[in-house]
Amino acid sequence: MTTRRQFIRISMLGTGGLALVPSACKHFIPVDVAKAATGNLFQRTPTYCEICFWKCAGWVYKNDKSEIWKITGNQEDLNSNGRFCPRGTGGVGMYYDEDRLKTPLIRTEERGKQKFREATWDEAFDYIAEKMKGIAKEHGPECIALFTHGSGGTYFGDLLKAFGSTSIAAPSYAQCRGPREVGFIATFGEEIGSPENTDIRDTKCLVLIGSHIGENMHNGQVQEMSDAIDKGAVIITVDPRFSTAAGKSKYWLPIKPATDLALLLSWIHVIIYEDLYDKKYVEQYTYGFDALKEHVKTMTPEWAYGITTIDPNVIRKTAREMAYASPAVIVHPGRHVTWYGDDTQRTRAIAILNAILGSWGRRGGFFRSDSVAVPAFPHPPFPEPKRTWRDAFPDKYRLADLALASGICEATIPSATRDCNFQAWIVNGTNLIETLPNQKQTIEAIQNLQLLVAIDTMPMEITGWADVVLPECTYLERYDSIRTGPHRKPQIALRMPASEPLYNTKPAWWMAKELSKKLGLEDYFNWNSFEESLDWQLKQVGTSLEEMQRLGVKTFERTADDLYYAENEAVEFATNTGKIELFSTAFEAEGFDPLPKYTPHEDPPEGYYRLIYGRAPMHTFSRTSNNPNLTDLMDENTVWINPKVAIEWELKNDQYIWLKNQDGIESEFPIKVRITERIRWDSVYMVHGFGHADKRLRRCYGKGASDARLITKVHIDPIMGGTGMRGNFVTFLTEKPAEKEVQS
Amino acid sequence: MRYAMAVDTKKCVGCSDCVVACQTENNVPIGYCRDWVVEVTDGTYPQLEIEIRSERCNHCANAPCVRCCPTGASHFTDGGIVLVTPDKCIGCGACIASCPYDARYPHPDGYVDKCTFCIHRIKKGQQPACVAVCPTKCMYFGDLDDPNSDVSVVLKRRKHKTLIPEAGTKPELYFLI
Repeated sequence: MTTRRQFIRISMLGTGGLALVPSACKHFIPVDVAKAATGNLFQRTPTYCEICFWKCAGWVYKNDKSEIWKITGNQEDLNSNGRFCPRGTGGVGMYYDEDRLKTPLIRTEERGKQKFREATWDEAFDYIAEKMKGIAKEHGPECIALFTHGSGGTYFGDLLKAFGSTSIAAPSYAQCRGPREVGFIATFGEEIGSPENTDIRDTKCLVLIGSHIGENMHNGQVQEMSDAIDKGAVIITVDPRFSTAAGKSKYWLPIKPATDLALLLSWIHVIIYEDLYDKKYVEQYTYGFDALKEHVKTMTPEWAYGITTIDPNVIRKTAREMAYASPAVIVHPGRHVTWYGDDTQRTRAIAILNAILGSWGRRGGFFRSDSVAVPAFPHPPFPEPKRTWRDAFPDKYRLADLALASGICEATIPSATRDCNFQAWIVNGTNLIETLPNQKQTIEAIQNLQLLVAIDTMPMEITGWADVVLPECTYLERYDSIRTGPHRKPQIALRMPASEPLYNTKPAWWMAKELSKKLGLEDYFNWNSFEESLDWQLKQVGTSLEEMQRLGVKTFERTADDLYYAENEAVEFATNTGKIELFSTAFEAEGFDPLPKYTPHEDPPEGYYRLIYGRAPMHTFSRTSNNPNLTDLMDENTVWINPKVAIEWELKNDQYIWLKNQDGIESEFPIKVRITERIRWDSVYMVHGFGHADKRLRRCYGKGASDARLITKVHIDPIMGGTGMRGNFVTFLTEKPAEKEVQS
Repeated sequence: MRYAMAVDTKKCVGCSDCVVACQTENNVPIGYCRDWVVEVTDGTYPQLEIEIRSERCNHCANAPCVRCCPTGASHFTDGGIVLVTPDKCIGCGACIASCPYDARYPHPDGYVDKCTFCIHRIKKGQQPACVAVCPTKCMYFGDLDDPNSDVSVVLKRRKHKTLIPEAGTKPELYFLI
């Protein structure tokens, strides 16, 4: 954070930098306080947030000029409890951003040159439909893939399935939470999902393995962590960086990066060999305890000390804290867990630890979520595709339960071992240039495509590479499908437009329906208006569009089992043995270690530091970097450097430097130095999502550095194809590096 | 009636939601703020502490900004809330110089602006926007003369401090430590 004077100074500098922007931000309405106080009859419309995946439900308020004014949480909503996070509160900035995409664009020169002409929607759809038909004829419809993050994926997903392809990938899987889902499915037979089923509110001990709750603003979890602090819960944070959560913790374990698995195994050792595990639970529900006990026999705290640098006494003490709190203990599964390539095994160890502590299905541990099954609007059955994304990887990543964005990217580049490459990408709301590691490979894949369509609200880097850009209106200007995410009670939430779309922008459902007409697939979008389809769906679950427009959120009674397991409840787990598998029979069958093993990872070479990246509470990935309200809170990232390292390199606070990684890749833009004791001497830290290279993003262009650009070495998880991204090392350049290539 | 606010530094994560909620609620122009976050790191790796504070006008009982205002634009209103009447303000900046908390800024429309404890919301029985939005529920607001108000209760229960007490301004913004 900064002092107020700095804050104002920085912010004013930001405004100065905006001299290019012709008009002042529209959402400043100079009304004095007295007037605002008397203003009433503000209109409000329900929405759920699209700034991140948490999808909090809230209300959009307009001022007395009928302009969008502010967004607040819906009290009924379990994801937000009526409190939006800074990004959701700043969501108005997404609507008012002058740099938004404003009309459909068709590329006029080679890819990457960013030369476009404005087009009509009809022209844009004709162009896309023509190409799609050609590719289907020549290669089959399966060679078209969809990358998606956010609401629009539903409609383009349906369109693609109707067309004959099921290659639909979200980078939130292989670049984020995939390993954790596979690790928990292998253990408990079910995934964690989103929002997580962690009962933080009632926990007595919360263990965070590199998870920086509070900096990642996963709203409900941040709220519940605060509740837990209020109730005196013990927090144990394992992180090479003194995170905000570490600052709230009774125990902070400043671990040597990449050694978490050794710590987890030694905790399991202590809990078993000190007889601290939940015997009744283990006996009733688990499979493979004896094998686990034998497996961790030598994995003592002393063994782990040599690997992790964590004091063995602290390892014992923290293990006992967990056991005392058991079963109201959560060893948090994390969310972005694609770190070192053995991530599924690390999350398996987390799952095993939770299992022997008896926390799964128990109050203060993990609850059983429930959700409402809203039927889809009737449409003909989708055709069976001849190939799926899996066929691009025979015998690899067999335990992946969702498509791999990175895999589809790789399978777009022609290879002698593959008989079919992906020929077209439809990219909805995800900036693949910043999202996928190894930018060079992403661009190489793009250059091999016959068609790249990008749907976005902002001119993100990916849109600069597209053949056709379809400008979506923001979530404040559209209806979307009903939110049905799981929680303690089943809930649904409605998003409806608070305003007509600005510019020539449209909702994704409209685009998909219009495109379906060009492809002869209109039967799959067989509704006259989107409102009609929503109303039909809502009536199937006993409500209506009219009621939801008034309520925003509706809560239902649980239909599934109770929130927690009852005493001695017989539980059938969806694993091969029907038990919680401490020893994974599924992994064994696929030739993977059935019990997690620690394997050492590479250390940074002399003069290099491990690149650790994370989140700031006021931004979501790279998608909010240009939002005027959120840029006002944070307009660039900094590189955190330990003071000892800074002295060695003669670096000063606030100095701008460039970073170079182990493969000689340099940051495109300089990044400001933050000298702080909060980072270990062998690592540096930066917030993800900055260093934008697209000049159309006028507020954030060139501000800070992109971690994605520096992540060129990727450790693939052999179990499910996750892309481990924390094995990259950087060094410092105090002079601007000579330009080698111009990418975009 | 004596309005006060307490901020729990043990719960605050420094997300700045209070800042953006205040900006949208009160139409504070981008580039300015009525509240802000301070994060103080102390110690040497790995013996470290951080204190995170959401700060704003302290609505001091002995407010130097009110005393030094030449036009009477800065004034006390119900419950000890310090306000600025924009029409009376000549933008001289004396109050900005006098405030030990740096809580005031020159609004581009030519007057000095600052936190009002969202008096327009309090009048409707609502909490200030920052308090209402905070995801960590780290802020408590209410009347210190009411022993049952949120702020009275939490100040009785928890150890707390004010900032720069030596300035003698009698601040009404408390930090739970």
